[in-house]
Amino acid sequence: MHELAVTESVLEIALRHAGQVNADRVTDIYLVIGRLSSIVDDSVQFYWNIIAENTLCQNANLHFKRVPARLRCVDCQLEFEVQDSLSPCPQCGGYHINVIGGEEFYVESIIVEKEGATV
Amino acid sequence: MTPTRVPVVEKILDANDQVAQQNRALFDHHRTFAINVMASPGAGKTTFILKTLEGLSPRYRMAVIEGDTAPVTIDADKISALGLPVVQINTGGDCHLDAVMLHAGLQSLPLDGVDIVLIENVGNLICPAAFKLGSHLNLLVASTPEGDDKPYKYPNMYRGIDVLIINKMDLIPYIDFNMAYFQQGVEILNPGLRTFPVSAKTGEGMSEWINWLDEVVQQHRKK
Repeated sequence: MHELAVTESVLEIALRHAGQVNADRVTDIYLVIGRLSSIVDDSVQFYWNIIAENTLCQNANLHFKRVPARLRCVDCQLEFEVQDSLSPCPQCGGYHINVIGGEEFYVESIIVEKEGATV
Repeated sequence: MTPTRVPVVEKILDANDQVAQQNRALFDHHRTFAINVMASPGAGKTTFILKTLEGLSPRYRMAVIEGDTAPVTIDADKISALGLPVVQINTGGDCHLDAVMLHAGLQSLPLDGVDIVLIENVGNLICPAAFKLGSHLNLLVASTPEGDDKPYKYPNMYRGIDVLIINKMDLIPYIDFNMAYFQQGVEILNPGLRTFPVSAKTGEGMSEWINWLDEVVQQHRKK
């Protein structure tokens, strides 16, 4: 759906940080994506291959680190993880639940190379 | 050549969020209260907006921004017919409005003297949830024929809103819509969310929503 806009943002961020250290090439990009962020990895990869062409990021590998959705039950304070659908608290069956993780959506780091010297 | 790791830790949509902050500053400068109206296609956004405009008139001066994926002015024409300022943003097939598109659209809408602007987002329950616009209120128009499982299927949308309208309540006798199951999903995602069951068509429940919004806008203007 909106993966093109997301992929363009990833490229912009990677190029800006690569430029700041005068890199000649970006080989790897590490993304941290929470389960609750609705992004399809394959679509990002598809757009990436197109838009990264002829930039410092050409042929750079995208790594998706998926963070599970972590929830905390308001009633019994149990913290638990869910992978797929929303579910009530596995301990007390309560429905008062706060999301405490899984909405991450950021570029964690990039790996760069520089001709002739270490950056 | 030695590979070197460069730490980044930057939110992917940070650029959008920064423009959203600029939009918010622009609204605040003009003392305009901005509402981002989201929904799936066919939930009744435009009818709901028209009835809201009616309900708030003549207490407030209002304007509308219409986000559409196609260059058709069906919705914008209905607002124009009320004699209110309307700007259409054609997203060119994109599935959502983002802060940059809204920023550009605001250049064509003089906010001086506008108390409330309603921004009709593109009909979609996924993408608009990810892109902040800078609005003061994020609103979802759900509708009963969509089914009672929508909070479970579109958790990001339900988590990110400040107020929920359940539209087409007049159709409840004809469809299978389990209100308790629907509201249980909403409660998990967004505990205590202010919710208004309405029928924009018949007007049922609309006065409660209008009165609540009136109160929220009054409180905001005191700040």
